[in-house]
Amino acid sequence: MNTWLLALRNLLRNRRRSLATLLAMVVGLTAILLFGGYRSNILYGMETGFVQQSGHLQVQRRGYFLDGSDNPSAYGMPRYREIIDAIQRDPVLAPMAVVVTPTLQLGGIAGNYSAGASRSVVASGLVANERNHMLQWNDYDMISYAQPLALEGAAEDAVVVGTGVARKLQLCAALEVANCRQTPAADAPVEAAATGSPAPDDVLALSALEKAQQPRGAYNRIEMLAATASGAPNVASLTVVKASNFGIKAIDDIYLAMHLAQAQKLIYGAGRPEATAVIMQLRHTAQMPEARARLTALLASDFAGEPLEVLDFQTLNPMYRQTDEFMASMFGFIALLIGVIVLFTIGNTMGTAVMERTVEIGTLRAMGVRRGGIRRLFMCEALLLGAIGSVVGLTVALMVSWFINHSGWAWTPPGYSYAYLILVRVWQDVPLLVGSVLGMIAVTVASAWWPASRAAKLQIVDALRHA
Amino acid sequence: MHPVSLRKIAKVYHLDAVTVPALAEVSLDIRPGVFTVLSGPSGSGKTTLLNLIGCIDRPDEGEVIVADQAVQSMSDDALSDFRARHIGFVFQTFNLLPVLTAFENIEYPLVLAKMPAAARKKRVLELLDAVGLAERGDSRPGQLSGGQRQRVAIARALATAPKLVLADEPTANLDSQTGAAIIALMRKLQREHDASFVFSSHDPQVRAEADDVIFIRDGRIAGVEQRTAATQERAAS
Ligand SMILES: Nc1ncnc2c1ncn2[C@@H]1O[C@H](COP(=O)(O)OP(=O)(O)O)[C@@H](O)[C@H]1O
Ligand SMILES: [Mg+2]
Repeated sequence: MNTWLLALRNLLRNRRRSLATLLAMVVGLTAILLFGGYRSNILYGMETGFVQQSGHLQVQRRGYFLDGSDNPSAYGMPRYREIIDAIQRDPVLAPMAVVVTPTLQLGGIAGNYSAGASRSVVASGLVANERNHMLQWNDYDMISYAQPLALEGAAEDAVVVGTGVARKLQLCAALEVANCRQTPAADAPVEAAATGSPAPDDVLALSALEKAQQPRGAYNRIEMLAATASGAPNVASLTVVKASNFGIKAIDDIYLAMHLAQAQKLIYGAGRPEATAVIMQLRHTAQMPEARARLTALLASDFAGEPLEVLDFQTLNPMYRQTDEFMASMFGFIALLIGVIVLFTIGNTMGTAVMERTVEIGTLRAMGVRRGGIRRLFMCEALLLGAIGSVVGLTVALMVSWFINHSGWAWTPPGYSYAYLILVRVWQDVPLLVGSVLGMIAVTVASAWWPASRAAKLQIVDALRHA
Repeated sequence: MHPVSLRKIAKVYHLDAVTVPALAEVSLDIRPGVFTVLSGPSGSGKTTLLNLIGCIDRPDEGEVIVADQAVQSMSDDALSDFRARHIGFVFQTFNLLPVLTAFENIEYPLVLAKMPAAARKKRVLELLDAVGLAERGDSRPGQLSGGQRQRVAIARALATAPKLVLADEPTANLDSQTGAAIIALMRKLQREHDASFVFSSHDPQVRAEADDVIFIRDGRIAGVEQRTAATQERAAS
């Protein structure tokens, strides 16, 4: 008589109780796995987004990240080109790098003076083709919402703005921004006509004619005002080629992307162009510690005089770490809650089984089964229950996650300006799978230990007398 | 050379405040290869005495010697192994494992003793045949009558061929006819196995079958009656 077969038969002896216990485990495990899968989808999604936008590592002038983000003149890196070359020549760093690209961040005021609208913006001067290459990073097979920047191949004065910026600058119609109310001023004549306003017909006709004659591009022209390195104001005349949704509303409302050369011209004029960061995107996030150490060493040796620092994407995007910690604490709370429920359910099931089978325990002990043998008997039953619960729970969780992933449910995360599909990564998240199953089995063992020990310690004669 | 020797045994039960003396000053030797009955009214201490002989309980005073070994000093595990090797139990309520078939119930002590599977099978089939249940090996206890269950329990007690078999009122849950058949079977198997059977009963009919009768009253030995000389008995049969 095999111990496991005996355990199985004993479990089948009280089917309803065993089923109820299994159900608690299955529901618990499914809940943990689904939440864990949801969590890892969000975190991998955020990581993918941040790595696509800001790379894994950035070289910046020391203090820039904390103090100087709007002050490119004080925190520029004149030798950025040499830094890029050094990275690309380095035998350790070069194979790990997908993209190494400079960026110049600046602040200013963008104005659409024909519409009388202006607002302050944060602008990035960037190398469009390299940044678009970065957007292809997708190490976790996520659904990527990133659209390539329309700046690639566009004219030197071209810029891309966030849809929020387009709205504020009255560029909605020209850039075909959805959900955008054109200001009354810009649309007044047309609207008046539609609503049968009392304005004289000849005025309306004149206005419509003027609009039709204007080249379309004329509506896309904006001016950007910024402070140069020497502190004097400088204005660049720019053409908005596209309004893109940059996802997070706070960014979408102020962001403007232009060619690096254009940005450098605005800030440094004819002087030596600088950059505020060198962005390095790696093949895999796991390479970050090694790349970081090597990069730090490289900067220390080849750029000893420069006050530079290396920042990783978690530091550059504090939201990632905050979300990670928030999700981890929620996951921990849910797992603890479910663990406790399962603990008591199994503990109760095993405790009842021990009670019911007291005479049987006494009989086995009289026949010569050791205390350890009795303990093993009940532990085997609990483990079998745990194993069956894990397998069924895993199967159910995978089925439900498949259903969720194919259902097309979507939501708009806090602070985001468009909806994301709700996805759960259960199957691909091996640590989650292994951890949850091991956790479930550990809970099973822990909860059965006490009843099993109680069974083992029963006095034989008392057990036999138990009616 | 006795299978069981008890020396000045005392056993007291503690019930909250009161102490109940169950056995006092019990000294006796069980003869080898005979059918011994502990006879006495209910509450006289038969079960307590059998528990001590069966090494599933320990006395407060005195010495228990089973198969020439003083069992006091043994650890719980050693005592478990000792029981598995030397003692068979038959219970009043049969106490078969309900999830095991008759065959598997009898096989269980042999698994404990780590007998190889083929030898186990042969042995169990022999025993099933010996207790008249050759056809019922696949039945679960729930499908068997009380008498049949007790036959399985007897086969189980004899599986490892112990020299000492203990039975606490084995017929108390059976009708008198079935009980008599069970006693007859035990008597027959006791002779075939040349084992010492000790069982308790307050049934005079059972007492009539015994070689030795130990009368017990209020926790003391009230008398010992040796009906047969064991050697004579064996020579005659
Ligand atoms: N677990 C116990 N706790 C207290 N008293 C007990 C216990 N078991 C037996 N007794 C008492 O010990 C005495 C002997 O009992 P027992 O050995 O069961 O007698 P018998 O088997 O002859 O009926 C009785 O007075 C009984 O009430
Ligand atoms: Mg009794």
